[in-house]
Amino acid sequence: MKHLELTSLQIKEKILSKEIQAVDVIKHLFEWIKETEPNVQAYITTTEEESLRKAEEIDKKVKNNERVGLLAGIPIAIKDNICTKNLLTTCASQILKNFIPPYDAFVINRLKEEDAIIIGKTNLDEFAMGSSTENSSYKETRNPWDLERVPGGSSGGSAAAVASNLAFMALGSETGGSIRQPAAMCGVVGVKPTYGRVSRYGLIAFGSSLDQIGTLTKDIKDAAVLLQVISGHDACDSTSAPVPVPDYLHGIDSGINGLKIGIPKEYFADGLNTDIQKAIKDALGIYEKLGAEIIDISLPHTEYAVATYYLVATAEASSNLARYDGVRYGLRAGSEGGIVSMYCRTRSEGFGNEVKRRVMLGNYALSAGYYDAYYLKASKVRTLIKNDFDAAFEKVDCIICPTSPVPAFKIGERTNNPLEMYLTDVYTIPANLAGIPGISIPCGFSREGLPIGMQILGRYFEEKRLLQIAHTFEAETNFHLKTPPLKDPRWCRG
Amino acid sequence: MEYEVVIGLETHAELSTLTKLFCGCSTKFGVEPNTQVCPVCLGMPGVLPVMNKKAFEYSLKSALALHCEINKFTNFDRKSYYYPDLPKNYQISQNYYNLGVNGYMTIEVNGSTKKIRIHNVHLEEEAGKLIHPEEIGTNYSLVDFNRAGVPLLEIVSYPDMRGVDEVDSYMQTLRKILLYMDVSDCKMQEGSLRFEASISLREKGSDKLGNRVEIKNLNSMKAVIKAIEYEVGRQSKLLDRGETVARETRLWDAVTERSERMRSKEEAQDYRYFPEPDLLPVLIDEKWLHEIKGTIPELPLDRKLRFVEVFKLSDYDSGILTEEKVFADFFEECVKILNRPKAISNWIINDLLREVKDRKLDIHNLPIKPKQLASLIEIIEKGTISSTIAKEVFSEMIQSGKNPHAIIEEKKLAQISDESLIESIIEKVIATNPEAIEDYKKGKKNALSFLMGQVMKETKGKANPKIVNELLKGKVGV
Repeated sequence: MKHLELTSLQIKEKILSKEIQAVDVIKHLFEWIKETEPNVQAYITTTEEESLRKAEEIDKKVKNNERVGLLAGIPIAIKDNICTKNLLTTCASQILKNFIPPYDAFVINRLKEEDAIIIGKTNLDEFAMGSSTENSSYKETRNPWDLERVPGGSSGGSAAAVASNLAFMALGSETGGSIRQPAAMCGVVGVKPTYGRVSRYGLIAFGSSLDQIGTLTKDIKDAAVLLQVISGHDACDSTSAPVPVPDYLHGIDSGINGLKIGIPKEYFADGLNTDIQKAIKDALGIYEKLGAEIIDISLPHTEYAVATYYLVATAEASSNLARYDGVRYGLRAGSEGGIVSMYCRTRSEGFGNEVKRRVMLGNYALSAGYYDAYYLKASKVRTLIKNDFDAAFEKVDCIICPTSPVPAFKIGERTNNPLEMYLTDVYTIPANLAGIPGISIPCGFSREGLPIGMQILGRYFEEKRLLQIAHTFEAETNFHLKTPPLKDPRWCRG
Repeated sequence: MEYEVVIGLETHAELSTLTKLFCGCSTKFGVEPNTQVCPVCLGMPGVLPVMNKKAFEYSLKSALALHCEINKFTNFDRKSYYYPDLPKNYQISQNYYNLGVNGYMTIEVNGSTKKIRIHNVHLEEEAGKLIHPEEIGTNYSLVDFNRAGVPLLEIVSYPDMRGVDEVDSYMQTLRKILLYMDVSDCKMQEGSLRFEASISLREKGSDKLGNRVEIKNLNSMKAVIKAIEYEVGRQSKLLDRGETVARETRLWDAVTERSERMRSKEEAQDYRYFPEPDLLPVLIDEKWLHEIKGTIPELPLDRKLRFVEVFKLSDYDSGILTEEKVFADFFEECVKILNRPKAISNWIINDLLREVKDRKLDIHNLPIKPKQLASLIEIIEKGTISSTIAKEVFSEMIQSGKNPHAIIEEKKLAQISDESLIESIIEKVIATNPEAIEDYKKGKKNALSFLMGQVMKETKGKANPKIVNELLKGKVGV
């Protein structure tokens, strides 16, 4: 009865071969959720009844030998900033505490078409603004490897859920590293696809030119199949690319012989935790042994990435969040005193401090007289950062570097210092600014036993290549197989 | 002191696409509130805009008709301000790369033409509409989002107008151009065409611009003119007293015919424009531009001048014929069938337009076809019916949609030109009116008209008057 530890593809196989029923998987899973969720607190909403109903449907299809989808029976968790029809979608904000979307996001439609079972909505930093999930207005998600530590963020709920077997796979979203960073801190696989690879329709916007939905999974093959399902052009998102989606699983184990790996010197500078530095070095050793060539490269504008990001992302956020005004949906904090008072009260009560901080920063950066100096300048630096990657990818096939400069930190450790918090995204942000794809995979553990993530960055729309590169490493190592200590004996002792 | 008035206009025209600018909702006017809405035009979380290609093409077409340079790279910007009728609290508009710039429109004032330069033409989304309950004591307002997201074309002129005559001509000409191109229905009463004016005064002869005042809430062309006249009076009084005119925005009140200050320059909003990240820039290539150019019809003023030149019509008649594209087209189609421009023009102006007005006909669905009017004129010229009978036939054509031949046959209205038949009628008339002959012989010339009338009466107006006249003269021995 070890099946909660299985990967998504493994559990699907068992369901399809009738070795286990989808309904039983859901039942076991919800027992585990009841037991473990109070410790991890990954979910804002769970959907036990609906999940059971859906599981019954799938079992029936399997029994009748009907065609089933690519994700048949796989329990999946969804970051709570992705709209789900008739299911509460809060963005971890009080301003949307009663918001039930009348529509599904593009990715949710795809999951449903492929028979995935949506088991709940996971916690995040409010409006995905944060790097630790501490900015949620609902709950504090804990890192399954050490309940006193943060899971990373902002997709902390999704990462923690996958890491602690509270879900088989999960969707997250990135604006500046919000999938890769928590994936690294929780010891799971996180994929941020190329900007435009996955439709943003239904993803509640934070920084529209940076936002991208991606995957959090137990291993690379699960990532490949989930990415397969959610990728592709969507006529409802003008920024989604009409680029064909390859078969990500096919040839995933074709190796890396002759691969040129770039190591950017700027990513191994001061502030990098020594355990992480060592883990990455060891990982590169493995790649070299498998036939890759390691090449030192430079991404000279890296040092401007965080500053650029916090102008672009906050400017867009200030505008994206303007719609939460109490007029049409969500929180309305009293209407006395006229419309302006209603706006002020609603937004004062509805938004948390970090959101307010970023909305103010963004409005400032866009104000008359400052636009050229801040937003426009940042857009130009963004182009330079893009050019850095373009130049690098002429010499190398991929770039490998740490995902986060530090392993999971203690809850509360960085909340009083926003700048320090922002710096935890220093290695992930450049890929968002450039729009290139990136994967974070487990590559070791720190001395305290905390997971370490390594990220692999690639050229636009070369997710398939990245998955191959990551899979080669995964096949050689066992880091992804380790599970956090809080596992339940009933399901895990075989 | 003598002042020169300097006026610029901002025009908003709703484009007549079937669906909204960024979603598939209908743009139909006047339906139940909030029945033409969806998550996209309601600005719900997570939704994204998708450009209506037709709306973009209509804008391009308009910019080209206004002789604008087309930006080959154009994109959209967010204009931020909080207002309950604006679902996202930003409007998707254009600021940094307007689709059309540096154009002009030729207007005609008192027989001479003048070019009014166009600063830019751009596309944006319409806001919803606030509804304030009329009962006293209510403390709420309602919002109707049916209009939110309807494509809106904004046309900004340079301050090139020097008086209300020019402003009037500018508004009429622009309206006519948009109607000619079928890109907007330009119904001011439904708000699909709106103007805002900015007015400043300067000492005559000076080339320095004075402080500009913007006037909003102008719901008709008449209001635009009145508001400008009021503003010119207000500003000249201030200047006469040696005071300065404050740069501000004023609201026109059509009832009191006065304007009131809405906000000063210092209170002006900071719209925090930045490029809309949810839409891709639009790249316009020569091929597309060429296709759009091909859809632009001859514009009203050009057409009018051509009518004068080619058909030798008067300036006045040409103006009336080209007022509405439908009638200008009708005219030209008639001329193609029957080369009698003057007669056709007369029939359209004197008869067709009167029938349209009297019967409130839908001009896009006229009951008479150009071919029918042409054949009516042909019949008159052949002498089959008199012009008096023709009026009757025309009226019948409008009512029944039948061909003139059929009506003439059915009602037996054909003119009698058979000389022996007419002669016999004349003899009968003379026999019954001997005193008229006597009178005529005594020199009463109008006795002849009397006899003529009697003949026409006998033939129910169908006798060819020319023949009657000649025969009658022969009989009485003139």
